[in-house]
Amino acid sequence: MTATIEPRSAEVDDTEAQGTSFLAATRLVAEREVKTFLRSKGFWIGLAVIVVGLFASAILPSVFGGGQPSVAAVGPEVTRALANAELDVREVADRAAAEDLLREEEVDAAVMADTTGESPTGVRVLALSDPPTDVMAQLGTSPPVDLLDAADVSQGERQLVIMVFSLMFLIFAMGGAAIAQSTVTEKQTRIVEILVSTVPVRALLTGKIVGHTLLTLGQVVVLAVAAPIALSAGGQTELLRVVAPALGWFVPFLVLGFVLLAAMWAVAGSLVSRQEDLGSSMSLVMILALGPYFAVMFFSDNATVMNVLSYVPFSSAIAMPVRMFSQDAEVWEALLSMGLLAGSVTLIVLLASRLYAGSLLQTGGKVALSKAWRQAD
Amino acid sequence: MLTVTTISRSFGDHRVLDDVSFDVRPGRMTGFLGANGSGKTTTMRIILGVLAAQGGTVTWHGKPVTQPLRQRFGYMPEERGLYPKMKVGEQISWFGRLHGLSQAKANRNTERLLEQLDLAQRANDNLEELSLGNQQRAQVAAALVHDPALLILDEPFSGLDPIAVDTVLRVLRERAADGVPVLFSSHQLALVERLCDDLVIISGGRIAASGGREELRERYGTKRWELVVDSDAGWLRDVPGIRLISLDGPKAVFELAEHTADGERVDQRVLRAALERGEVRGFTPVVPSLDEIFKEAI
Repeated sequence: MTATIEPRSAEVDDTEAQGTSFLAATRLVAEREVKTFLRSKGFWIGLAVIVVGLFASAILPSVFGGGQPSVAAVGPEVTRALANAELDVREVADRAAAEDLLREEEVDAAVMADTTGESPTGVRVLALSDPPTDVMAQLGTSPPVDLLDAADVSQGERQLVIMVFSLMFLIFAMGGAAIAQSTVTEKQTRIVEILVSTVPVRALLTGKIVGHTLLTLGQVVVLAVAAPIALSAGGQTELLRVVAPALGWFVPFLVLGFVLLAAMWAVAGSLVSRQEDLGSSMSLVMILALGPYFAVMFFSDNATVMNVLSYVPFSSAIAMPVRMFSQDAEVWEALLSMGLLAGSVTLIVLLASRLYAGSLLQTGGKVALSKAWRQAD
Repeated sequence: MLTVTTISRSFGDHRVLDDVSFDVRPGRMTGFLGANGSGKTTTMRIILGVLAAQGGTVTWHGKPVTQPLRQRFGYMPEERGLYPKMKVGEQISWFGRLHGLSQAKANRNTERLLEQLDLAQRANDNLEELSLGNQQRAQVAAALVHDPALLILDEPFSGLDPIAVDTVLRVLRERAADGVPVLFSSHQLALVERLCDDLVIISGGRIAASGGREELRERYGTKRWELVVDSDAGWLRDVPGIRLISLDGPKAVFELAEHTADGERVDQRVLRAALERGEVRGFTPVVPSLDEIFKEAI
């Protein structure tokens, strides 16, 4: 082996340290977090599950639930009468044949000429156990409706957006628990002593938040690319046209909301010394992640509550994009809410960095928040 | 040179460090000795800024030790830890970069160190796949990768087999020879005796003794002599100026009393007295082991 002797002694007496800056340290910590997660199987499995779920929910309804209701038409006259209805019509000779098809569940309903004169439409509908509303809707004649203030989005579309936004928020908010895991790993293995003696504690915290925010953003981008593909594949281009503009608001809100929770996840991890104790310190953060999800799901029809939720940090990350989507809120409202959220993020990150510094080197049981706060002095 | 001056630290009402002062000199291996709970780890943590001192200062070449300066120190904590699910080589290189090395330099140093520590073939394994002894070597590498200006090692040899001790020792000596001050704690006295140039002995949070190893030997030990004569050496009991430590027939160990009135070398007087009584088979100063210095000092 030819050893290259590098001059070390020359540097030893040089007391001017060049070292890593705060930014460089933050970047290194973030880089490590990202690399570690990109290598873990769990990360890819989780992402794959979300993407598969997305495709499934976009495509499956048109495969299973789709298609027109099928009916058996008794006699050629009825068949002709049904020609313009959106029904899959099979002509049968008599009522007995129609009943057979019904019992075999080959058709959803049977339609025959009304001989009693009771029916204004001149046909009767025969079904197995429940009145076939979808078939009846095709047969009935509804009066034309004129709307004075037509909604741009249907109630169904709004519900779907609420569900998708809430679910995505929930998935990523809970994903932040990885920060708590990573922090407690460093505490448990005592790497933290080397880290703290090398770089500022704030660089550790910032690096973790930045790293995981980038990971989340990356996943959001993957989903943003996958969603149009999935919706087109499922033949739901109309829905895509409606959802796309709302995503523009949702993504920045989601990222800010994530950072807010990320700082809290980090503190939750720094308060305990062992993985086993993590559950106790994570419960509060978990409530803050689940809360907005349930609040928006439950109160989505209550305009006043949604209004409030769209300004409260945490829930504003879902509620405001939803309001923007259903065009209940002006742009200035969204910007104000985003400003409030950004303000809370700054405040919480500052608080968190103090608590993080105060608790990171405390070992043993769970560190009380008040103790962590005092310790940082 | 690292200078620790009158640092103190309490946890609650318990005073863990009390006016601790000592130097770690360039190019010297300084052994930090003390019983469990005597304050070794606390002192090291204060030097590394992991813990704050409540009084006193730590200076490096006369300047207070600040965070950027500390970044150039190498530290091996008592409780070992590296990332379990990270590759050994990558991990050590990452620590190098965290200490301010460029990627290329960090990789180069990592490669060299793993070679020196006989870990080169494990570079691509996750840390958790290594045996405890090899994890320990990796830990040493993580402390050395950035060519630190000062090395602080808390119990660097505990858990190592004799071969690994020699390997690690060779690497540490090489650093010391380059002019790096090395401070390492241990409770394995025999090992420290072999390794260190200087000694700092701490007891109950106070420095009991510090200085060069030989100097401490002089100070704490040359007062004992072993005398072997032909017949029974019981007559030593009556010789003034000495205290008999042990007597086993013709073999006796005695200690010179603290003060002799006339300033005469009492050991020479004893030797003359022995020769007058018969043959002397042996007369040797008892070189104290570190163990004895340690017990004496605390």
